Amino acid sequence: MTYLTDDPIDAAALVRTVMRPTDGAYVLFEGVVRNHHEGKAVESIFYDAYRPMAEKEIDAIVRHLEALYPAAALTVVHRLGRLIVGDSSIAIVAAAPHRAEAFEACRNMIDLIKEKVPIWKKERGPDGEEWVGWQGQC
Amino acid sequence: MPSMKVHLLFFAVLRDMTGTGQKDLVLEAGTTARQVWQSLRAQYGQLAAFTQPPMVAINESYAAPDTVLRDGDQLAFIPPVAGG
Repeated sequence: MTYLTDDPIDAAALVRTVMRPTDGAYVLFEGVVRNHHEGKAVESIFYDAYRPMAEKEIDAIVRHLEALYPAAALTVVHRLGRLIVGDSSIAIVAAAPHRAEAFEACRNMIDLIKEKVPIWKKERGPDGEEWVGWQGQC
Repeated sequence: MPSMKVHLLFFAVLRDMTGTGQKDLVLEAGTTARQVWQSLRAQYGQLAAFTQPPMVAINESYAAPDTVLRDGDQLAFIPPVAGG
């Protein structure tokens, strides 16, 4: 499975790869580039990754959540490169026979990805560019 | 002292600060990731203020900064991640 892409994300196609006849619900999460961050205007974001490690870390998260939510079917794709306002940077699909498991697995997935996966973003706005999360300390 | 080769990768803010994406290092056997960070601080002025290394990855897995490196390792310092 390849979780990283340089192309626009087709969320509807992603849903189709996951859904089984036994599923009664799916939760689709998309993270979208917004036009502001901490009071500053944002025009675009450049996403960078340590690609082979990011693939491994995402795979470990997917496996961890599959063990935690055995009835769920999960997938995710993260886009890299330059994205503009309104573009989706990530899409997660969690399908399950019942909605509770789908909601929980999806929420858990985005939280773990934000915490663990070596992906970075550099925001560009009228005032210049800045790496998010690097406030002058490691 | 026997030496070893380590391949160092820079990403995101660290690539901007060092002006490079990668570097081959020849190190004394027994060198830790933390010691590599200290030598980078001496080499790159923009890193000098950061006494503690960021997260460390060795061969594409997170590792403790005091891990002793081995010949052929791929080392990366991981700035705060911001995916999603």
